[in-house]
Amino acid sequence: MFLWFHKLGSPPHFYRIAGKWIPWLSGIFLALLVAGLYGGLILAPTDYQQGESYRIIFVHVPAAWMSLFVYVVMAFCGVVIIVWRMKLAEVVLISSAPIGASFTFLALVTGSLWGKPMWGTYWVWDARLTSELILLFLYLGVIGLHNAIEDKRVAARAVAILALVGVVNIPIIHYSVEWWHSLHQGASLSKFDKPSMPPSMYVPILLMALAFQFYYALALFHKCRAELLRRERNSKWVEEL
Amino acid sequence: MAEFFQMGGYAAFVWPSYALCALVLWLNWYLPRKQHEKELRLLRRRRKAEKR
Repeated sequence: MFLWFHKLGSPPHFYRIAGKWIPWLSGIFLALLVAGLYGGLILAPTDYQQGESYRIIFVHVPAAWMSLFVYVVMAFCGVVIIVWRMKLAEVVLISSAPIGASFTFLALVTGSLWGKPMWGTYWVWDARLTSELILLFLYLGVIGLHNAIEDKRVAARAVAILALVGVVNIPIIHYSVEWWHSLHQGASLSKFDKPSMPPSMYVPILLMALAFQFYYALALFHKCRAELLRRERNSKWVEEL
Repeated sequence: MAEFFQMGGYAAFVWPSYALCALVLWLNWYLPRKQHEKELRLLRRRRKAEKR
């Protein structure tokens, strides 16, 4: 197990493995996406309160989940960087940042497009929305800090600390709808309670969420491969490519 | 069909959400690939220069 981890952590090995996995990840992502979109846009019934506007949920909720998930991955990489100084963790952390920022942006914009017809406003300074906006700033902070420091090994350590400190925001976002009175509706799906909607609505959400997970892996692998080449330009394995 | 695209009157909110989603997913796929190709091109050019 440790040996496997160690091997995967070596840049040339990861570069090759990622290249091999990309076609599979793309295929699974596309299949899940088509199934999720078909289920969400065609099969799912109209909501009795929100009409058709609720169909934004099939992109909004998966994007919001991913915005949290990607940040947790980054914070985990942060620990690995600080403790073991693993190069691959540095690459994964910094490659995740633009993807996470995109998901956060997507969650915010689709949320506000949903808020306008349902709440009557694009934006309110409410706990859920504000904490998600802070998450976007954290992602942008990670990207900016990394760009600002010339030595990429030093940059990675600085960014690791920022990612770790920022992780405190994740439970705040998650519980914001319970801790404060919020205009935002409660959790759509939870591990413990019975879903508040029929399967014809939540199955497409889960399919889309799964599709986004595979998409994240796919986009991350593409980004990591490019980033690895850029960093290791002068190393032997790149010469031999 | 037309009814589907009208989204019960919410077309102006639903479709931009999906369009933006498509754009974001495409960008995060396309840009790293372009960056990767650029690196490979650079590598090939350097190799050629070394041969001479």
